[in-house]
Amino acid sequence: MIRFAKGFGRFWWDFIVGDDWRIAAGVVVVLAAGALVVANTSAPDGLVAVLVAAGIVGVAIGSIATSALRARRR
Amino acid sequence: MTGNAIGVVAATTLASGVEFVEALTIVLAMGTTRGWRSTLIGVGAALAALAAITAVAGYALQSWLPEALLQLIVGSLLLIFGLQWLRKAILRAAGLKALHDEDDTFRSEVEAARAAGEERRLGLDWFAFVVSFKGVFLEGLEIVFIVITFGLNANSIALATVGAAIGGVIVIAAGVALHKPLARVPENTIKFVVGLLLSTFGTFWAVEGLGWFAPDDASLSWPGGDAALLVLLAAWGALAWATVRLLAPRAREEVA
Repeated sequence: MIRFAKGFGRFWWDFIVGDDWRIAAGVVVVLAAGALVVANTSAPDGLVAVLVAAGIVGVAIGSIATSALRARRR
Repeated sequence: MTGNAIGVVAATTLASGVEFVEALTIVLAMGTTRGWRSTLIGVGAALAALAAITAVAGYALQSWLPEALLQLIVGSLLLIFGLQWLRKAILRAAGLKALHDEDDTFRSEVEAARAAGEERRLGLDWFAFVVSFKGVFLEGLEIVFIVITFGLNANSIALATVGAAIGGVIVIAAGVALHKPLARVPENTIKFVVGLLLSTFGTFWAVEGLGWFAPDDASLSWPGGDAALLVLLAAWGALAWATVRLLAPRAREEVA
């Protein structure tokens, strides 16, 4: 049963998170920051949208740069 | 047809096509070496399981979650998924990651099929059944994921399913006509486009879904409404193009 649960968890982890957990972690952090802004301020929708999108682009750049550096070291 | 609907059909058709190419390689390897009966029953069982998952998960998500929360959850998942596709496609285009080789996969699968022993269960060649079931199910699960997320957010599971079916029919027809793996399909280019579309729609919906945290629970609005999708697509496209340009010459220099 424990083996099944571990295998089940690993399958979904690999399926969604993939081989670079930084993307998932970065997206969650950026969206959580956006959620805090939405919940606690009256910032306009457009400003929140642009800032969150910029944060997500930053996550993507960081992940691609890290992967490229790792690929070169191999 | 709205821009949103065109995006849904384009993304699901391309994503489904590229996943079907990979599933087709496995099915052809099993069918030609172990026989078609057990292989096709494996394919049928996998398709039935995928259809059931689509129906149950689609219904449950649509019925139980408020709109903004649904946008946030499926948008976030789509975004994470899309960025993974885009990252890999960029690294492959820049020469920093090996391209997927269908001929090589086909050879490996044929060797494994020939080396495997003869085990019969329920009147089936169990190896052929299990391998074709797993191949179609695992590749198909990515299609189901994309169909559900796109379909729910665009309010049309049917449209997303039609897109996926078109991709599947094109690949199966080509496979039946050629009787060999579709090695010449520009898989990385298609994955690049799908990665761009998933990242675009994922960003759009995840941000809209942040409205769930607002006092009125209403989805956030992008400046320009749906037109923001085009701006996002252009931004992701520009980023991908720039990173490939930046990384590719250095990768080539290192090989030389």
